[in-house]
Amino acid sequence: MAAVRTAGEVFRHRASLVTLLLVLVIFLGPIFWITATAFKPRNLATTVPPTVFFEPEISPFVKLMTKRSQIRTAPAPEVYEAAPWWEKQVYDGGEKVVRSGKGEVQLSGYPSRFLNSLIVAVTSTLLAVSMGTITAYGFSRFKIAGEDDWLFFILSTRMLPPVVVAIPMFLMYRAVGLNDSHLGLIILYTAFNLSFSVWLMKGFIDEIPKEYEDAALVDGYTRMQAFFKIVLPEAATGIAATAVFCFITAWNEYAFALIMTNRRAQTAPPFIPSQVGSGLPDWTVIAAGTFLFLLPVAIFTFLLRNHLLRGMSFGAIRK
Amino acid sequence: MRLSFPRPFPDNQNPEAILANPSLAPDGSAPRSRGLSDLAIRNLFIIPTIIFLIVFNIFPLIYSLGYSFTDFRASTNAPANFVGLDNYRALLSDPFIWKNFTITAKYVIVSVTGQVVVGFGVAMLLNRDIPFKGLLTTLLLLPMMLSMAVVGLFWKLLYDPNFGVINYALGLGNFEWLADPDMALYAIAIADIWMWSPFVMLLSLAGLSAVPKHLYEAAAIDRASGLYTFFRITLPLVAPILMIAVIFRTMEAFKTFDIAYILASQPTTEVISIRLFKMAFQEWQTGMSCALAYIVLIMVLAITNIYVKYLNKVKER
Repeated sequence: MAAVRTAGEVFRHRASLVTLLLVLVIFLGPIFWITATAFKPRNLATTVPPTVFFEPEISPFVKLMTKRSQIRTAPAPEVYEAAPWWEKQVYDGGEKVVRSGKGEVQLSGYPSRFLNSLIVAVTSTLLAVSMGTITAYGFSRFKIAGEDDWLFFILSTRMLPPVVVAIPMFLMYRAVGLNDSHLGLIILYTAFNLSFSVWLMKGFIDEIPKEYEDAALVDGYTRMQAFFKIVLPEAATGIAATAVFCFITAWNEYAFALIMTNRRAQTAPPFIPSQVGSGLPDWTVIAAGTFLFLLPVAIFTFLLRNHLLRGMSFGAIRK
Repeated sequence: MRLSFPRPFPDNQNPEAILANPSLAPDGSAPRSRGLSDLAIRNLFIIPTIIFLIVFNIFPLIYSLGYSFTDFRASTNAPANFVGLDNYRALLSDPFIWKNFTITAKYVIVSVTGQVVVGFGVAMLLNRDIPFKGLLTTLLLLPMMLSMAVVGLFWKLLYDPNFGVINYALGLGNFEWLADPDMALYAIAIADIWMWSPFVMLLSLAGLSAVPKHLYEAAAIDRASGLYTFFRITLPLVAPILMIAVIFRTMEAFKTFDIAYILASQPTTEVISIRLFKMAFQEWQTGMSCALAYIVLIMVLAITNIYVKYLNKVKER
């Protein structure tokens, strides 16, 4: 930048800084609000005016994980005293933890949905990235008749609206019994992520000089060995970035999960909004579930920050 | 009676047979001595992916193309009757479907325009020397990485007419964002703009940083006005990348389902994906919904085609 600035330039610079700060507040505000709500006592979640300063609690998370029922009268003092700290928090909210006949604490629907999300997202990511990487290598290094058309075909499968694909898939899954199964969702998410993974990995592999492999081939490596020992290590960063993108996509997916699952294999995205339901929802519990669900994505976004542009443009725009 | 011709080569000298099965070669060695041939590796690496995509994306679509010519209902056991083009004819002459398309078009225009204005604007603000620029950019990009369904959910909390933060912050009292039929679509678009402006910002930043500095210096020497510099230098040079953002967001907004489905259930917010979902999985008009799916599909593929053309154009630069 020029060393000399006119008064007008200085003013404009400061004004834009202030505007940026305002923009930051607007963009992070909703995320802050859902996070804050996740740590509020229930009576402060829906106050007018909104409560910004409060003593954070973790009772919403206890409630999120356990199955509860309302109680009319407070528990007897000795019962209350004997209860562990987390059960006391449930009692404080006018509810009790539901226990089975043997006295085991019953879990709410949330932990299993979270686990389902994890299983489906991780498995489909592994599949999509491994298949995507080798296919990208094939497209990057070998002559293929109609290469652009194939690549367009691959990308176009990603652009299909989920609901459009879901109608026939639902019928087919129903015929073979894959509805509401982990495998069914894993297949759908793998197909959805595969095209993305091919495009992104092709960009990364195109950047690895071909000479590396040629040298290895001259040294007596087979093409396979060259791929596994030279290309894969060079592409490690790209593979990691692609994997994180695929994970986030599968983790966040809603429409397929809503249509294809209802209980056994249901993932978190259709489950969390379904808690709102009718009546007066406990927003602190919903916010706690949302917070836990968003946390991995937020962490991954920071890890991915240098690859976001590339990922979002299917590898077409590189920095 | 079968005629048999003398074969030109015995098996172990026939070049084609040797290519197909290298162990037939006279000295027993393969044409390529080490490992799999490049051709074999190419096929091994590419064909499984193509087959996977055909089986799980193209085959279902062929399946639903078949159903789109029938009156099949997945909720009953009644066999499907072939009805020819009746479904398509009914859909294209149904004023309610056109209403859904109109709503979708309105949503796409409001939402994408908003994203471009906000996203490009913020990118212009960010495209200068500022402290913590990297961190600031990453924080601003956070919304677009989140789940649309969950974003829809927490905007519901923000929009609440009684205790919502938005009404409080703007001093709107008990304004009904989502229950008001005229406002609901805009409310959804605002949440979408919040979520996806960062995407436009990200691409615009890439475009802006690629504009050569010397062009601005030359403009400054010529005493060009800020407006002139913007329209004659900045915008034309950023346009190709901005175009990619616009086409991609148009396509995604056209397909919008999650956020609209969760935020509101007004007839005025029934975008085409929601109509399709309801037709297929609530009214169980399977045959009809397959036909509608095809109409939507053709539109999406047309936009995808344009998108890929632009993508390849930018790639070549």
